[in-house]
Amino acid sequence: MYKNINARPAMPSQKAEDRIKNFDEVNLGYTVEMAKLEAERCLQCKKPLCVEGCPVSVKIPEFIAAVVEDRFEDAANILRQDNALPAVCGRVCPQEEQCENLCVLSHRSKPIAIGNLERFVADWQRENIGIQVPEIQTSTGKKVAVVGSGPAGLSCAGDLVQMGHEVTVFEALHELGGVLTYGIPEFRLPKEIVKKEIEVLEKAGVKFVRNYIVGVIETLDELLERFDSVFIGVGAGLPYFLNIPGEHLNGIYSANEFLTRINLMKAYKFPENDTPIVTMKDKSVAVFGGGNTALDSVRTAKRLGAKHATIFYRRTEAEMPARIEEIHHAQEEDIEFNFLVAPIKFNGDENGWLKSVTIQRMQLGEPDSSGRRRPLPIPDAIEDIQIEAAIVAIGNGSNPIISQTSPNLNVNQWGNILVEKKTMKTNIPGVFAGGDIVTGGATVILAMGAGRAAARAIDKYLKNKQWETIEVEQAEW
Amino acid sequence: MNKIIKTKFLNERVKLFEIESPLIARKRKPGQFIMLRISEEGERIPMTIADSNVETGTITIIVQSVGKTTSELQKLEAGDTILDIVGPLGKPTHIEKFGNCVIVGGGVGAAIAYPTAKAIKEIGNYVTIILGAKSKEYIILKDEVSTFADEVYITTDDGSEGMKGLVTEKLKQVIEEQKIDFVLAIGPVPMMEAVASLTKPYGIKTVVSLNSIMLDGTGMCGGCRAVVGGKNVFVCVDGPEFDAHEVDFTILMQRNNIYRDKELECNLEKQANEMQKKMEQNNV
Ligand SMILES: Cc1cc2nc3c(=O)[nH]c(=O)nc-3n(C[C@H](O)[C@H](O)[C@H](O)COP(=O)(O)OP(=O)(O)OC[C@H]3O[C@@H](n4cnc5c(N)ncnc54)[C@H](O)[C@@H]3O)c2cc1C
Ligand SMILES: Cc1cc2nc3c(=O)[nH]c(=O)nc-3n(C[C@H](O)[C@H](O)[C@H](O)COP(=O)(O)OP(=O)(O)OC[C@H]3O[C@@H](n4cnc5c(N)ncnc54)[C@H](O)[C@@H]3O)c2cc1C
Ligand code: SF4
Ligand code: SF4
Ligand code: FES
Repeated sequence: MYKNINARPAMPSQKAEDRIKNFDEVNLGYTVEMAKLEAERCLQCKKPLCVEGCPVSVKIPEFIAAVVEDRFEDAANILRQDNALPAVCGRVCPQEEQCENLCVLSHRSKPIAIGNLERFVADWQRENIGIQVPEIQTSTGKKVAVVGSGPAGLSCAGDLVQMGHEVTVFEALHELGGVLTYGIPEFRLPKEIVKKEIEVLEKAGVKFVRNYIVGVIETLDELLERFDSVFIGVGAGLPYFLNIPGEHLNGIYSANEFLTRINLMKAYKFPENDTPIVTMKDKSVAVFGGGNTALDSVRTAKRLGAKHATIFYRRTEAEMPARIEEIHHAQEEDIEFNFLVAPIKFNGDENGWLKSVTIQRMQLGEPDSSGRRRPLPIPDAIEDIQIEAAIVAIGNGSNPIISQTSPNLNVNQWGNILVEKKTMKTNIPGVFAGGDIVTGGATVILAMGAGRAAARAIDKYLKNKQWETIEVEQAEW
Repeated sequence: MNKIIKTKFLNERVKLFEIESPLIARKRKPGQFIMLRISEEGERIPMTIADSNVETGTITIIVQSVGKTTSELQKLEAGDTILDIVGPLGKPTHIEKFGNCVIVGGGVGAAIAYPTAKAIKEIGNYVTIILGAKSKEYIILKDEVSTFADEVYITTDDGSEGMKGLVTEKLKQVIEEQKIDFVLAIGPVPMMEAVASLTKPYGIKTVVSLNSIMLDGTGMCGGCRAVVGGKNVFVCVDGPEFDAHEVDFTILMQRNNIYRDKELECNLEKQANEMQKKMEQNNV
């Protein structure tokens, strides 16, 4: 069959000038024709490198072959063998660093759009036949508590319930999904998709308890009295601030607060929804940081009507850790970029409202031990830039609630829970952990992979009750 | 869960709720609070757990209506349920044998101070309570605190009950008459600030409970941050009680005004809706 290996259909999307006025999803998804055209481009490599690039080893050529043959349902089932949330990962994985980066075609032309195809298949399944409730093995009578309902907790719960265990997920907030719900905005990941996946888990028998903060309402030790095993997937939820003068001024948010107000509390619908947000309309809004969180924040500010929505980043575009697609989308949306700047202090008016930021301009110096060129201050290049709102998106540390209330749980100096790779077991017998609470802020797919690895180990542990020697053949997380 | 068992107006703007919440009732300690939400569109607001009963599995909150959520909350009655309650949040009050203690409660601050005052008394401190309000009708919990406190004083702005004047005037009297070891002050920010500057020269250990604006109440957003001892703190997890002499009250007051225009808008919207409803009903 003739294959045009150079064409890679562009993802259809809402026009930039329209989408900055709404919170609807930017990408519209491949049509069946586009998906098939793209799937046909895949060389069906005997030794598929793309799979090595995927942290959970999705059987990429197999699912793509099924797309070529119009077997979309099979494609979905193949995907779901390794990836519990394909509709999510197809949208938010940094594919250019993972599966697509290793695709053989990336040298010759453009890599296969694995993420777009994954999204297409998962959406097709949800919209046409619905997500099937997985088969559940006979009940083992064992009970597992999963703490946190982010991707790590959800994938761990999903696997365990299939293995026949009784699973209860405890979530601190009033809604489930972790960062997928309160962090990543609707225009990138519609909340309906996350809800549908959770509904399926519920139908499969997973019990969800909201408004339940493990540590304060029940400690780890107390949970262990009621459950045979516990998985901790509480994420990295403690916002870092810049720690510069004036950070208390009105109009300055952490990205967590800003995005939670918008995504979880729907502050963009104020006053129909009661939670307010500082007016961004016609203002100059500065976002400090260069990752996905920073881009989500700045694009949200634009959608709230900001006149200037600007990224302030210490390094340059090349060093930005955000997904490439988001950077492109942001550029199309007239997001402004101010590279090589470091904020020194925020300045306010007499009522405590932010008026400007004093910044230091930087230049790139010699590469440091990590190989990245370090930003260094340019002498005397200090200036004031007028801004009326600021969002600090420089990362998250680990929330100390669990470690403070379980002092015998081993954590490192940053509060990340220490686990044995492969099994994800902690130092407390019966307790496992994974996701951002172990790695620090990482990715959805890594958190899910960790949740699955833990599920396998928990299953072994529940069957053999051998804590010291849990045998699993699995990649390290 | 979260079913309202009993309600009672303590005055026209303050209403007490007893709510079924057995797990929180079992765990809570004085000084801790909950976050609650009453509708899908509603905001999450913090309320101190004024009391709890492990046998009946209930907690008590005392709510002063100041804006949209608190006034909607006050419309709920026994038998209704509160959509979401999460807690217990915040650090419990540090309680020790201080000696001679004065607890100052301004307005609804009395409700927040009440559980702590009781706990301080229970471990054997001498407890004097000063309750202040605009006028007689706004004094709450006088009978309740009188059951355990060693001395109770009332101050009102208009002199309709107790001493005419501010709580700080009474506090000054007490400090000049007795040797005071510890002061806890909870109420409007200007009151707490005034107490702090009054006790500072005497070197009396003074604690205040900060009422910053909260979102999650679990340390996840940083919106509740305040400046204490020159450092950023998260009131929901590091507090809500702090050393009064270290708190930057100006910043606290400024941050509490962030949404003032929005709160007005929210209330106006609510009033407009109610008027519309009334008009529609009249038409039918
Ligand atoms: C704005 C933003 C954008 C992002 N964009 C991307 C992207 O495009 N692609 C990508 O791959 N990754 C992205 N990430 C990172 C990714 O979302 C995270 O790595 C991932 O969600 C981590 O999953 P988790 O399950 O470990 O934790 P989380 O998703 O953080 O979930 C943890 C859950 O545990 C709950 N919890 C916390 N403490 C307790 C407790 N004591 N008791 C009960 N529950 C508790 C929390 O409320 C939360 O719901 C982004 C992150 C953010 C913040
Ligand atoms: C730890 C803590 C314990 C509290 N305990 C009690 C209590 O026991 N009884 C009681 O009556 N009140 C208590 N409050 C205050 C109460 O939370 C606010 O009055 C309430 O949130 C106001 O909501 P609203 O929508 O009715 O008013 P709004 O119209 O929204 O606001 C009115 C005022 O309340 C403050 N406020 C607004 N939103 C919030 C928010 N999300 N969190 C905190 N304050 C806010 C604002 O500064 C504003 O001045 C407590 C506050 C804190 C921080
Ligand atoms: S899960 Fe992510 S990395 Fe793996 S194949 Fe899908 S998009 Fe690529
Ligand atoms: S490496 Fe690329 S071409 Fe080869 S199987 Fe994977 S996706 Fe197809
Ligand atoms: S309310 Fe969010 S950190 Fe305190």
